[in-house]
Amino acid sequence: MALIITEEQKMLKDSATELLSAKAPISQMRELRDSKYTPFDKELWEEMVAMGWTALTVPERYNGLDFGFVGLGQILEETGRNLSKSPLISSILLGASALRLSDNEALKVKLFPGIMEGTSQLTLAIQEGKHHQTSIFNTQAILKGDKYVINGSKTMVIDGTTANLFIVACLVDENYSLFIVDAKSSGITVSKKILMDSGSYADIIFKNVEVSAENQLNIKFDGRLFLDQLMTISYSGISAELLGICKQAFDITIQYLKERQQFGVIIGTYQALQHRAVILFSEIELCKSIVLKALQAIDENDTSALKYAHLAKAKLCKTAKLVTNEAIQLHGGIGVTDDADIGFYLKRARVAQQLFGDYNYHLDQLAKIKGY
Amino acid sequence: METKISVSLSDFRTETRAWLEANCPESMRQPVKDPFDLFWGGRNAKFNSEDQRLWFERMLEKKWVVPYWEAKYGGGGLTSDENNILTQEMTRLGCRKPLYSFGISMLGPALLNFASEDQKLHYLPQIVEGKIWWCQGYSEPNAGSDLASLQTKAIDKGDHYEITGSKVWTSYADKSDWIFCLVRTDFNATKHNGISFILIDMTSKGVSTRPIKLISGKSPFCETFFDGVKVPKENLIGNLNEGWTIAKYLLTHERQMIGGIGETDVKKEVHTTALEKLSLNSSGAISDGVLRNQISDFEMDEEIFDLTIQRVTDEAKTGNNSGALSSFFKFYGTELNIARHELLMSIGGSEALFWGENEKKDGDLARKFCRSKGNSIEGGTSEIQLNIISKLILGLPTK
Ligand SMILES: Cc1cc2nc3c(=O)[nH]c(=O)nc-3n(C[C@H](O)[C@H](O)[C@H](O)COP(=O)(O)OP(=O)(O)OC[C@H]3O[C@@H](n4cnc5c(N)ncnc54)[C@H](O)[C@@H]3O)c2cc1C
Repeated sequence: MALIITEEQKMLKDSATELLSAKAPISQMRELRDSKYTPFDKELWEEMVAMGWTALTVPERYNGLDFGFVGLGQILEETGRNLSKSPLISSILLGASALRLSDNEALKVKLFPGIMEGTSQLTLAIQEGKHHQTSIFNTQAILKGDKYVINGSKTMVIDGTTANLFIVACLVDENYSLFIVDAKSSGITVSKKILMDSGSYADIIFKNVEVSAENQLNIKFDGRLFLDQLMTISYSGISAELLGICKQAFDITIQYLKERQQFGVIIGTYQALQHRAVILFSEIELCKSIVLKALQAIDENDTSALKYAHLAKAKLCKTAKLVTNEAIQLHGGIGVTDDADIGFYLKRARVAQQLFGDYNYHLDQLAKIKGY
Repeated sequence: METKISVSLSDFRTETRAWLEANCPESMRQPVKDPFDLFWGGRNAKFNSEDQRLWFERMLEKKWVVPYWEAKYGGGGLTSDENNILTQEMTRLGCRKPLYSFGISMLGPALLNFASEDQKLHYLPQIVEGKIWWCQGYSEPNAGSDLASLQTKAIDKGDHYEITGSKVWTSYADKSDWIFCLVRTDFNATKHNGISFILIDMTSKGVSTRPIKLISGKSPFCETFFDGVKVPKENLIGNLNEGWTIAKYLLTHERQMIGGIGETDVKKEVHTTALEKLSLNSSGAISDGVLRNQISDFEMDEEIFDLTIQRVTDEAKTGNNSGALSSFFKFYGTELNIARHELLMSIGGSEALFWGENEKKDGDLARKFCRSKGNSIEGGTSEIQLNIISKLILGLPTK
């Protein structure tokens, strides 16, 4: 398959550019932050629903568009460019994908409509410690009669304060399993945390939370495989957002190099700065390739999809760090003021870098996959 | 319609794979250790082995030495899709190129774009058949990065040019039959506007070469001297004084080649070497955690760089092409190759330092490591590539 996006995917990307730059530019994000860290704008979310973005990766069988993850990636890239806030990552990239992978037919039939309409908001509760990993969970679900009882705690739950349904990764005996848990269930304590990207995250404690066995997302589907496939999608999706962040932070910086004057010349004429700019350009060229490859690999059920996802997240974490740091430095003093937008890219990048594993984690996984 | 095309392409792939498997000798599927593992052709062509001869002759007969040139110029007339499939299949099997030649990778593309039809019909088939070994006469002692300041002069003598001057760093000049050369034909014009592109037979009276020894201990390149060399006017390519355009166009092809585009022999993965040579911990991971990370980081970039070649090639097919991207490939590809050699030296430890006394046989790793340092210099230095990208792609202003 050619490593380029199709005409249709391009059209989707263009429509995302159009909507987000008009309705959710960075100034909106600033306003949300300044209004007591409002998580997102409800009207924008409704527009996204109207555009079909919430149905993009839902199979046709459930009245979704089944447009694929390359498509969703184009939108996430644009949200990265504009730093647009919405539940797209929590409810669609994570929630709808978990449901898509699930073999619990009844749950799929029941939940997909609300997700697509945007009335139901999912999120994934997986991380427990300071760093992402997917092998050791302390949160346990124990079967009692026709119910599971969940005990444990989760952190870094994206939009955990606004979602009405949590997907909780648990240990059941020795195996991994994912459950849909109503946010209102008794025994759940949600504490809101605002992170440096001005986003709302949650720490959640589950104390003897009862969940119907019908809410188990993987019935026969092996939990390890389920998690791996869901993580493949998460890593690749977040990488797409990081790509948008890199591209926009870079574009803003190049523009600045062409305008700002010192010593009577435009600073972009200085070779020391030009060469640094070209290094950023080069790394972003690599990023474009691996993000697209990782997304295509999901759509094609490529057996190496997880490897490409690790490659994408590792490369994008490394590049996002480089690009956002350089972007600030090349702006000089203005770069570290709240008035300038460039700082928002640094702050969102740092959060997205940590979400679902940083550079170190993915580099280590890559070496493991290759057997060294 | 579309399915028809892809069906015939998939047939082409099946046939190509079968043909390569049947015809490419096993030894021609081994990684290239030295440039001279490859066949370079030329008037005094010598095959290193019977397999090398067989492989070249079979590919020549199949018209796949330069598969993508038109048949009238000796090529195989493959479409770009077919050619991509052939490259992929050759890569899959690790097939070496049957003929390695600056004629294919550099001069050919320039001739196709700028030469007269007669010149194309004359020179291109000779390149395909490996009859002429070409070298590149661009750099001079005082014209390296600032190539356009070159001073080798060509004086109009009516029916011929008389060429005087000297070139330097001419790779394989002592083995070459012909040289494609940049010469100054107008001393009054601004420096870019007085240059012409001309082809010179190295056996002409007044041409001499002197090998230069490199830090690798090998002498693959030379100083080349022209002392009143008579060159027929018909050897001029393109218009008089418009050679700079040709020179730049050729450089984009040279840079893609140095950046590793179109290579088909398969490089051994660095971690494979590491697993063979290094101590491992109980879970089978390389014990030296720092080195392990460096290898993983390098392999990340190497794999993504290959994907980037693929992406940009695919984009070019839809008409999205920037010549300046060859500078990006040159820069990034050579820096990666240098990093690869640094890693191999780290992995090898003191063993990798072995030099020995016979430059042909001994100290392969250390000598290659030394050779890799030239990668970010030849074909225009990394800094020059960064300058080009800055100007042509990023549009940053110059003073
Ligand atoms: C292995 C090898 C094979 C070669 N083969 C050939 C060949 O076959 N034919 C041929 O014609 N030539 C060949 N060359 C020559 C090669 O093209 C030149 O060496 C190269 O262009 C650099 O020129 P220079 O050596 O004069 O370095 P210089 O131009 O003197 O550069 C010295 C340093 O200054 C930097 N520099 C120069 N100008 C600038 C600038 N504007 N901005 C920033 N930095 C700058 C350079 O990057 C470099 O770091 C070969 C070179 C090597 C190493």
